[in-house]
Amino acid sequence: MKILVCISKTPDTTAKIAFTDNNTKFAAEGVQWIINPYDEWFALVRAIELKEADPTVLLHLITVGTADCDPIIRKALALGSDEAIRVNADSHDSFYIASQIAEVAKKGQYDLIFTGKETIDYNGSSIGGMVAEILELPFVSYAAKFNLEGNTALVVREIEGGEETCKVSLPLVVSCQKGMAEQRIPNMKGIMGARSKPLSVVEPIAVETLTSIASFELPPAKAGVKLVSADNPEELVRLLHEEAKAI
Amino acid sequence: MSVLLFVDQSEGHIKKSSFEAACYASKVAALMGTTAEAIVLGQVADDLTALGKYGIKKVHTIKNDALNQVDAQVFTKLIADVAKAVNANLVIFSNNFNGKAIAPRLSVRLKAGLVSGAVALPDLSNGFTVKKNVFSGNAFAYVSITTDIKIISLNSNSYSISTTEAVAEVSEFAATIDVAKVQVTATDKVIGEIPLSEAEIVVSGGRGLKGPENWALVTDLAKLLGAATACSRPVADSDWRPHHEHVGQTGLAIAPNLYIAIGISGAIQHLAGVNRSKVIVVINKDPEAPFFKAADYGIVGDAFEVMPKIIEAVKKLKQA
Ligand SMILES: Cc1cc2nc3c(=O)[nH]c(=O)nc-3n(C[C@H](O)[C@H](O)[C@H](O)COP(=O)(O)OP(=O)(O)OC[C@H]3O[C@@H](n4cnc5c(N)ncnc54)[C@H](O)[C@@H]3O)c2cc1C
Ligand SMILES: Nc1ncnc2c1ncn2[C@@H]1O[C@H](COP(=O)(O)O)[C@@H](O)[C@H]1O
Repeated sequence: MKILVCISKTPDTTAKIAFTDNNTKFAAEGVQWIINPYDEWFALVRAIELKEADPTVLLHLITVGTADCDPIIRKALALGSDEAIRVNADSHDSFYIASQIAEVAKKGQYDLIFTGKETIDYNGSSIGGMVAEILELPFVSYAAKFNLEGNTALVVREIEGGEETCKVSLPLVVSCQKGMAEQRIPNMKGIMGARSKPLSVVEPIAVETLTSIASFELPPAKAGVKLVSADNPEELVRLLHEEAKAI
Repeated sequence: MSVLLFVDQSEGHIKKSSFEAACYASKVAALMGTTAEAIVLGQVADDLTALGKYGIKKVHTIKNDALNQVDAQVFTKLIADVAKAVNANLVIFSNNFNGKAIAPRLSVRLKAGLVSGAVALPDLSNGFTVKKNVFSGNAFAYVSITTDIKIISLNSNSYSISTTEAVAEVSEFAATIDVAKVQVTATDKVIGEIPLSEAEIVVSGGRGLKGPENWALVTDLAKLLGAATACSRPVADSDWRPHHEHVGQTGLAIAPNLYIAIGISGAIQHLAGVNRSKVIVVINKDPEAPFFKAADYGIVGDAFEVMPKIIEAVKKLKQA
């Protein structure tokens, strides 16, 4: 069985969000980059567990991005996987990225493709569904549990106010969230081993983009908190009712 | 030319987020000089002509029991069929779980640029630009869609609902329905509770509440306010509360009208999931808690003393 995990690079969760060039570019200077948490903690670790349960599983990573993604790819390899592919392109258009992933997936004949539920920077929540549609595969989004019984996947996914268990045959695309697995920290052996694992760089195929980011904007600063005395909490209720009209 | 809305339903009832999206769709349609139509899949108990109140002119239904379960692949094909039949150049979804499963597929199918997580009406003055949330609620991006057909999925509580007396025309759409490849074998849903993602008021508790035995301070207030309940990540991780209540960067992102945070410090990853709330109230005994910087109203005090008084005051208000 072959599994492909889609890995993307995002700013650290505590990074300061600011923009340059007339608010058209993310101010990347001094920012620490990490593997998108959903990709690392849930998609990748669950895939590693599947490989641990069945050592014949081949586990590959894919990132669509420029060479500055290599450090996070090495970290992902250190957590555990056989090899990585980087499609050498720089784009924030979901359809463009999904098309690149689908192309590699088609060639590699993967049985299972994992993505994170969303990237914490561009918040598209779109790549998994797009890859599935391009490859004409079923897609289970927001998976919180994933198990295999032979060629059948049993997946628990989140829906509004609850969850749903479903059953579907491979090949399949799954977007992963909390519950799938527990975060891991790479060990020394993994880190050393990752250096010699293959990371192949392929050039992108020609596809159109469907969207483009015109500019960014920071939300307006809050006016400041109005504090109510702890001796008079009733005043808070009055303010919420009469001033904020929120209750 | 037309605008097509995907109406999301659960157990035969239209979701609130779809009424919001209907108002949004009809407003965009007016801006584009056309009208809004809707597609409803599966058996629905609600009166569909009432979608007219929210600005929908025509409703296309495919009443088939097989469609009571959402399968993204099957739904994508049917929505694409209707979109072609009504010559839609814009399709609107709610950015909820079903929207997130279907809209990306439809984007590929129709070669239509998708903006997910839109928070405002598109700007048509120079092309077609949509404001959306990025960086987990810490910024906005203006995204241009450059294709002829476009798709927007709207974040909940981003557009206000208003109604008229209009009535929508309802007709059955004839289409072939594929067999779903994903089979749902069980559904586990908290019936009767307001889904967190749709709630207008959310009462949320953190580690400051010390343990699950104290949660009545949260749930009692929520009940009085008709609110949904939420929690911080460590609270869900310790199994004090169910996982679907976890909000923040790694949990659900919400944007209610009112978010009341009790005993939550306001870590940046927590804020990422709630900072789009219109009014934020913080109750925390530490005046230095970072959450106060993001709050509109606050009480520096012990939740165990303050909350019972707040609950009493709300009771009085509701009886008045
Ligand atoms: C990558 C990453 C992702 C994360 N994602 C999330 C996420 O999605 N959601 C999330 O919530 N967290 C997330 N976290 C964790 C986050 O950093 C914080 O650790 C967490 O939010 C803290 O939860 P808390 O506020 O409940 O607890 P604490 O930080 O322990 O705060 C408890 C608060 O209660 C107050 N308090 C104590 N007693 C009382 C009392 N009697 N009355 C009133 N107030 C009292 C204290 O002053 C304190 O401010 C993430 C962390 C990382 C690194
Ligand atoms: N540039 C990329 N390269 C590889 N995978 C990606 C990339 N961008 C996003 N993904 C995957 O798609 C998921 C959803 O991303 P998005 O649709 O952008 O929110 C992420 O969690 C990743 O698993």
